[in-house]
Order: sequence, then C-alpha cells, then structure tokens
Amino acid sequence: MSPAVLEDNALYRNIYSMIDWMLPDFLDGITGYVAAFAIVLVVANIVLVITPLFIWFERRLLGRFQQRLGPNRWGPFGLLQPIADAIKLIIKEDIVPRGADRAVFNAAPVVLFMPVMLMIAVIPFGTQFYLVDLNVAVLYIIAVGTLETIGIFMAGWASGNRYALMGAVRSVAMLVSYEVPLVIALAAVLVWSGSMSLVDIVEKQPVPLLLLQPLGFFVFLTATIAEMNRAPFDLIEAESEIVAGYHTEYSGMKFGVFQLAEFASVVVGAGFITAIFLKGAAGWSFLPSPMWFSLKWLVVIFCIIWIRATLPRVRVDQVMGFAWKFLLPLSVINLVAIAVEMVIWPAPGTTELWIMGGINFAIAGVAVSVLATALGHKNFSPRKPQFPIRKVAGKEGV
Amino acid sequence: MYGIGIAKGLLVTLRNLFRTPSTIQYPEERAEQHSRFRGQEFAWYEERCTGCASCAKYCPLGIIEIVTDPSKQAMAEGDKYAIEKFDIDIGRCMYCGLCVEACPYDALFMGSGFERARYTRDELFIPMEELKNATKRPSTWFRPQLESKGYDPQSGQPLGWKDVGRHEAPDYEAMQRRWADR
Repeated sequence: MSPAVLEDNALYRNIYSMIDWMLPDFLDGITGYVAAFAIVLVVANIVLVITPLFIWFERRLLGRFQQRLGPNRWGPFGLLQPIADAIKLIIKEDIVPRGADRAVFNAAPVVLFMPVMLMIAVIPFGTQFYLVDLNVAVLYIIAVGTLETIGIFMAGWASGNRYALMGAVRSVAMLVSYEVPLVIALAAVLVWSGSMSLVDIVEKQPVPLLLLQPLGFFVFLTATIAEMNRAPFDLIEAESEIVAGYHTEYSGMKFGVFQLAEFASVVVGAGFITAIFLKGAAGWSFLPSPMWFSLKWLVVIFCIIWIRATLPRVRVDQVMGFAWKFLLPLSVINLVAIAVEMVIWPAPGTTELWIMGGINFAIAGVAVSVLATALGHKNFSPRKPQFPIRKVAGKEGV
Repeated sequence: MYGIGIAKGLLVTLRNLFRTPSTIQYPEERAEQHSRFRGQEFAWYEERCTGCASCAKYCPLGIIEIVTDPSKQAMAEGDKYAIEKFDIDIGRCMYCGLCVEACPYDALFMGSGFERARYTRDELFIPMEELKNATKRPSTWFRPQLESKGYDPQSGQPLGWKDVGRHEAPDYEAMQRRWADR
C-alpha cells in the first residue's frame, strides 16, 4: 500500500522495491510509508547539503567578483567553511530579548524554513527523478512559497524591535508587489503548456522557454530575486537602514536557520527557473538528465550571484515603483502576446517557433525600452542651486 | 537607452572574475614593501649614538626616553656619554620619522618590519636591551646613503653600525693616528 500520488514515480518505485526486499514479510503493510519517509529524508538532506555548498559557492564567487579570494582556509578550497560557520553559530549564546513574544520568536525560523523544504517536492531534477508530479505544481509553488513571508513577519513582529518590525513590513509589502507580476509571468507559461504540472511544463518545451518568452523570463527572474529577498532587492535586511531587518534580534543557531532558509530559497528558486524557462533536465544523451539539470541550475545560480555582485540596493520607493509601474505592465504585455500567438498557432511547428521567438524578442525590446523611457529618470544634469545665493558684484552665479 | 548601464556594470564585474585576485595570503606570502617603508622596530646603533637626545627633542609625542651619564673614561679621548636608557614607546608612535631626520649621527633608523603587534599596550614598549639585540634591517627612509648602496631591508642582510654611516668608516689605525696627532 502506498500513497496514490507516488504510484507513477520511478524514484519512489525503486526505493519501494528496495525497502520491500529489506523489510520482513509481516511489515509489508508499512512498506509504503517507510519508502515515503526514506525518500523525503533523502531529498531533505540533499537540500541541507546543497545549501551549504551553495553558500560556499556564493562566497567564493562573490570574492572573485570583488577581486578577493573568498573563504579558502578550512578544507580544500575552503569547502568546509559553512561547517565552521555552523559550529560557530551553535556555540553562540541563544538570546531571547525581554520584549519578545517567546513562542512566536522561537517558531519563526521553523516557519521560515518549512516552505523551502516543501517546495523541493515538485522540482523535477531529471526525467523520472522527482518527489511528486503534482498536477497543480505551479499553484503549489506560489502558495507554499508565499508562506515564507509569514515566517519573516513572525520573526519581525515577535522580536519586539522596531528595526525587525520594519524589515518584516517591508518584506510583506514586497511580497504583495512582486507576487503579481510573478504570477502573471507564470500565467503566460501556463498558457503555453496548458498544464500546471512542472513535469508537463518541462516536456512541453520544444526549445527552452527562455527563447520563446524572453519578457516572461526577465519578469520572472526579477520577481523571483525580489521574492528571495536578495540583492538588489534585499531591503528587508538593509544594513544601512535597518540594522539587520527581521533577524536583528536573532543569534546562535536560530540565526543560522534563517540564513539557511534564505539561501535554500535561492537554491529552490533557481531550480524553478531552470525547470520552467530552461527546459529542466533535458539535454543531449551523453550526460544523465540530473547532470543537465544541475548544469543549468548552476548557470542560473551564477547569474543570480552575478546580479548580486553588480547592482546596488534600490530604495524602498524604487522597489515598489519597479514592481507596479514596470514589471506589471511588462508581464501583462507578455501574457497578451503569448495568448494571441497561441490563438494564431495552436500547434506551432519549427517555422512558427522561429517567427514566435522573433516577435517576442522584438516585443520585449520595444516594451522594455518604451516603458523605461516613460518611467525612468531624466539624465542627470547638475541643477542650479535652490538656495538663495548672495550676488557678488560683477559676477554671475556661484 | 535604459538598461545599458546595468549591462555595462555586469560586464565590469564579469571582467573582475577573470582577473587575478589582489589578495595576498599573508602568512604564506608577503606583500612587497618599498625599501623606504617606515616600519616598526626602530633600528638603533648604540655604537653611533652619542646620547645627544635630538631624537627625543624632535619627537612630537615625546615617546623616546634617554638617560645619559658622563663616561667613566676621559672625555678628551673622544669617548662619548654612556647611554643608560634609550626606550621607545611605540604604542603611541605615529611613525612620522622626525626622530630619524633629527639624528645627526645616523644612529637611529626607521625599522622595516610590520609584525610587532602585541596583545597589550605594555608590550608595545621597546626597551633599550631589545633595541640593542635586535637584528637590524634599517629602512632607507631619509638615509640616502643606504639607498645609493642599493640596500633593500626586505631581502638584504642585516647591517652593522659601520655600514650605515654617510661616510666611509675609518679603519682603526687611521683613527688611532688621528687621536695621537692631538
């Protein structure tokens, strides 16, 4: 007996048969549950191992972007640095501020980390290599991913600290703003594939969707970076304004869990971008499909770190304006364009794909430049001083 | 055109990725210093020092303490004052080098090291014994005679008191003759 949703999952079936062979006969009734737990354990631990690796990768890469070396002391190439960090965090004192709401304060890291683990379930890491092929996967991603903000808000609210609360409020405001273009960009993908299952979305891409929906990719990438609270949208922990944002009061391993959740959400978000816009695990046959997935995944992660290393943090008002005035119209244009094209060519062949890609790239270029020109600031020119200047006899101006 | 700036910025960071990092792995490799680097650990040659205390007077911070004593030997024979105390408190030193500029006898030199960090302020005090026994690699700062010799304190040999003056050191016989002539 096993959960019905796992029946057609090759990974699950393999583990099921292995556990069925290992367990004695009278325990056959629970084999399905043991197999389910085993697979959850494996995937959860994959996240917990990949996330520290990602942290190491980011720190090394960020170092090279800034002409530094990055951590290289502990272990080969500094690979054990996250372990050293974790040990440091564990032996730190765990402080709960006096004004804090203790129960909520302690629960917040868990609430923040849980959605990340849940989202892993629907990522297709390879052909026939996923935890579950949910038929509402995209809806599930959006719904569960949003829960992270509840964790952030719990942390900020329960800390009894104004900076923490401000960070949390900013997080909620950003979620409300960026969820809209994100979902509309995803809607264009759904119009294309006609299915909400990520496995179907991967299968229905004749070429990586990035080439067919550049505008959608741009909006989705930007909105995802904003939802992951990463630079240049890391306003909720802007050191220059609000000490450390929502985790100002956290110390020790609770802070460590926050960091872990934050980086794990980047790993997961990059996984979704890979699956939705880069054709997931598809590739030539000389490498197994999970390898192709990992390669594309690494490229996406590299781009996210690259963006972080390049762009400065935007202001609060700019963040909101960027989402509502720029990304939202772009995503709507993208959705309309894709919908019209799908009506014209319901089953596009190679020629139609070329035409479609060309049109969409043209639309993307025109829409971005027109919107940016309409909304952007004028070129900076030194203004005349606003304050009154004493006139010096015979001299003009300053 | 908007967005060009972002693309340019991305290219700048990408170019950095392929540059050699400017980091120096300090304990294993060391940064190259100029020979005129004003470092810690003054090089002081007691054989050249007459105890005139010019350095102590010129020090803006007053961190050089000198106590001298008339020599036991006869002054007429050219002997100098005996120096009982020559202590530098580098905890307050700002390495301006005015003491070195002030020294008329080429007895005091800036050091060439940068590793005399200590845990407490008290340990930053350099007593005379330490100055005497130190391996002396004087900086060539304000000492053109060292630079014209091509001396590099970072890689060269430690210098003895006869090699650091601005004139050739007279040999022993010449000195004896000179004093005998009087």
